[in-house]
Amino acid sequence: MKFAVVVFPGSNCDHDAYHAARHVLGQDAVFVWHKETSLQGADAVILPGGFSHGDYLRTGAIARFSPVMNTVTAFARGGGPVLGICNGFQILLEAGLLPGAMLRNKDLKFHCEHVHLRVEQTDTPFTLRAPVGQTLRIPIAHGEGNYFAEPDVLRDLEASRRVVFRYCDTSGIATPGSNPNGAVNNIAGICNEGRNVVGLMPHPERACEPALGSADGLVLFESVVSALAAQASLP
Amino acid sequence: MKARVFVTLKPSVLDPQGRTIADALHSMGYTGVGDVRQGKYFELDVDAPSADQTRAVAAEVADKLLANPVIESYRIEVDG
Repeated sequence: MKFAVVVFPGSNCDHDAYHAARHVLGQDAVFVWHKETSLQGADAVILPGGFSHGDYLRTGAIARFSPVMNTVTAFARGGGPVLGICNGFQILLEAGLLPGAMLRNKDLKFHCEHVHLRVEQTDTPFTLRAPVGQTLRIPIAHGEGNYFAEPDVLRDLEASRRVVFRYCDTSGIATPGSNPNGAVNNIAGICNEGRNVVGLMPHPERACEPALGSADGLVLFESVVSALAAQASLP
Repeated sequence: MKARVFVTLKPSVLDPQGRTIADALHSMGYTGVGDVRQGKYFELDVDAPSADQTRAVAAEVADKLLANPVIESYRIEVDG
């Protein structure tokens, strides 16, 4: 299968995502510059982390108007799997492909550390290989990951089981102390109604090999490979 | 014509930066200053023939780009 890694001016985790897809998973992967309008026949799209357009105005606010985002939106609306990591998640929020918005971290500090995440949903293309309740140890690196949504949106997200990842402690319990940024309900990642668009603040692509301190992030990429293989084998 | 757009966080949204500024002011002795909310201010030079049309353009770009309606609201002032 083929991954498209979208590159915005200021993306800085694009090569990490490419490396995970191409060299760790052994899948095909291409970079797609934000001014392009073709995804080069990719089966899955990754919006990588970084600081697109210098985070000017709001994180992701300007990137959402890049020409490639029309193509990504059409791909997502057609059911194609899209993963937004960190700044990629922020871009998905600004583009309206996922609900809610990001605020500055509650303590105003940039957090760069490993955190624990609990996998809440396994019926998305990026989590189907993970058991429910699995705890992943994955790094975060952000100043604006304090997820916010109005109470009615939040109720809908929870009721429709669209909180995919929650910050938790080492035993998998979502506690205030394990929440690094003040995100409401310890939310680290969510999906859309179609469940094919997933966004999360932590960086699974930086945790795909034991040499990096954790290989727990690999399951997201393995999952989408499995999801697409299963789809391809349908009559 | 010139349009001024003031973007502020909605009252329901916590403003950690405003809170920190308020704490700093209190430690400086300005105990009479209560809550502080931080916002953004934009000056737009708009090529439009009337104040109404200038306001309409400012509102359109505020809706589309300058403000995120999930967390922010805005107010517009137009000269003339």
